[in-house]
Amino acid sequence: MSKHRPSVSDRNNHAAEQRAGEAWPEDARDLPRQGQAKPDHSPTVEAKALSFSVNAKQLLDSVDLRAESGQFVGLIGPNGAGKTTLLRSISNVLSYDQGSVRLLGEELDKLPARHVAEILALVPQIAPYTQGFTAFELVLMGRYPHMGRFQVEGKEDDGIAERAMRLTETESFATRTLETLSGGERQRVFLARAIAQQPRVLLLDEPTSNLDVLHQLKILTLVRELVDDGLTAVAAIHDLNLAARFCDRLVLLADGEVQTEGVPEDVLTAETIEAVFGVEAAVYREPATGALAISLIAAAESADVEAPVGSEVMEAPSGKPAVAARSEATSGIR
Amino acid sequence: MLYAGVSGLRGYRQMRVSARLAIGAAILLALVLVVALISLSLGPVDIPTSHVAAIILSSIGFDVAEFARTEQLVIDQIRLPRIIVGASVGMALGVAGATMQGLFRNPMADPGIIGVSAGGALGAVIAIATGTAALFFLALPVFAFVGAMAAAFLVYGIAAVGGRFSMATLLLAGVAVNAFLGAIVSAIIIVLPDNEALREILFWLAGGLDSRSWEHVRIATPLIVASTAVLLLMSRDLNLLMLGDDEARSMGVRVGATRIVLLAAAALATGAAVAVSGTIAFVGLIIPHTLRLVLGPDNRVLIPLSALAGAVFVILADTVARTIIEPAEFRVGILTAFVGAPFFILLLIKNKRQVYSL
Repeated sequence: MSKHRPSVSDRNNHAAEQRAGEAWPEDARDLPRQGQAKPDHSPTVEAKALSFSVNAKQLLDSVDLRAESGQFVGLIGPNGAGKTTLLRSISNVLSYDQGSVRLLGEELDKLPARHVAEILALVPQIAPYTQGFTAFELVLMGRYPHMGRFQVEGKEDDGIAERAMRLTETESFATRTLETLSGGERQRVFLARAIAQQPRVLLLDEPTSNLDVLHQLKILTLVRELVDDGLTAVAAIHDLNLAARFCDRLVLLADGEVQTEGVPEDVLTAETIEAVFGVEAAVYREPATGALAISLIAAAESADVEAPVGSEVMEAPSGKPAVAARSEATSGIR
Repeated sequence: MLYAGVSGLRGYRQMRVSARLAIGAAILLALVLVVALISLSLGPVDIPTSHVAAIILSSIGFDVAEFARTEQLVIDQIRLPRIIVGASVGMALGVAGATMQGLFRNPMADPGIIGVSAGGALGAVIAIATGTAALFFLALPVFAFVGAMAAAFLVYGIAAVGGRFSMATLLLAGVAVNAFLGAIVSAIIIVLPDNEALREILFWLAGGLDSRSWEHVRIATPLIVASTAVLLLMSRDLNLLMLGDDEARSMGVRVGATRIVLLAAAALATGAAVAVSGTIAFVGLIIPHTLRLVLGPDNRVLIPLSALAGAVFVILADTVARTIIEPAEFRVGILTAFVGAPFFILLLIKNKRQVYSL
């Protein structure tokens, strides 16, 4: 069960109730409980059979996702696999066509939008408009969902925002406007805002895509620590080594479908990487960190052929042969 | 000295929202009072400010000094209602401009430029031409509001490209809507036989505050104050909307409903202002822009202070307009255009790159 997060704001009683771990999951809220999972492992996020399509292109095809408190789930997969779409569906940004999402056991559709923002924070991949706000002003916006309509942020909110900026090492440019920051600095400011939001669930879309190696490590370590304190994190990550090292579980997506999922060791095999990414890879234990490491050797020869090798090792949870679906799509492109 | 000023501004920017709001409101409120007092004393009959103060105080029950009866009449029946109408109009245009710039994520948005004022003017013209305005007193603002609202949503529909607003499309949509609505107004003027209504209609073509009375205060001021209050209550949501629809949604804003309420409230304020003053251009552009340089983009500060600064600006402009070529009167709309058009061009030059992109 999730530990009580240290930085809980007591300003909003409703939010505080929500976050007081004891109240959940015993608090049934008159809603039928999903499945018969033991209370300790009830998911904070549970997506079932999510489907979404745009212009007849199936971006998500019956995707399941489950994440618990204290769990860091990584979404991996090639470009266009549906990682961002999945994150956007879970965070209420986009309304999926079919399926259901439950947040702390409640139907996402039925929760008021403000309440969802109290529970869940999204760090977007790119933030196109920043409109002259300073970094600190932006981070303070993380407090909005916790404030009443007639409230403005007070000392306590300032403190929460400052702490979030310290954690993400963004306090040195707190008073600069976002336009003057680099992509990586901006990305950290948006993470700081998500932390200031004090969510139970943190969704990150490519959180390290613009970061230098030092900050890639620092930011993922920070997320890892927050997760160890009881947060649920779901992140789309391109870098397989980072995904293997920091995530508890990986969900491999391709063409809008879950290809395979599980602990990194089970998901990131040379066969799977070659089949899904079309890259010949060596997977081994990195002696320095003890983490699973992936060396990308070359674009696989087999990426060009109709049926890539290793198709027999891949059985998607749905029972569909994942690789067949994949090669069908690739042959369509060629 | 200069450095102290600049770092003072920077210090202000770093204050908490409530402090920024309190300081800004105190300064601007004082300015409103000073400008109103000066404006009340100036005119064909100059009335000393001490008498003005005494007259105002006596009207709320404090007899502190002597003044002439004629002076009281001039203040009570002519100058005070005109100044209150002017202040309300400035308030409306200031908040509508600030809101539209946020909603359209675009610094060039202004009720006049994008055609919302023209929509309001057309509504008002129709109310007069059909005689509805003479039948009941709210007809004028209601028609103006409907016109402003229709124009606002029309421009919004034309200019929105997948939730984005390119500056070029927005400005061009504004040009087209302005031209179209102007053509309808011209057509109405040509076919209209009634001279009395015609004179009244011509009033709307260049904005002015001449011979505004307490009736105009009753028509416009409550609506403008109410819509300003709505915009102020929604200003936090507007902050999030400025960052993009997805951003706003993920932070718990109901984007569609919020945008409609914001646009409707801005159109209501504009419509009420147009109903009593015609189209006074550029106030909604100049005021929020200038304030944003000092206050930053936070709408919770920007919207209320744009209301106050807009009031100061319009009272000031109207005072200049009615005293500069005494005994004749300039119209305030002409004066704001004199200041506003160069300002608009400066902004265009500054934002050139954005104008041509997308």
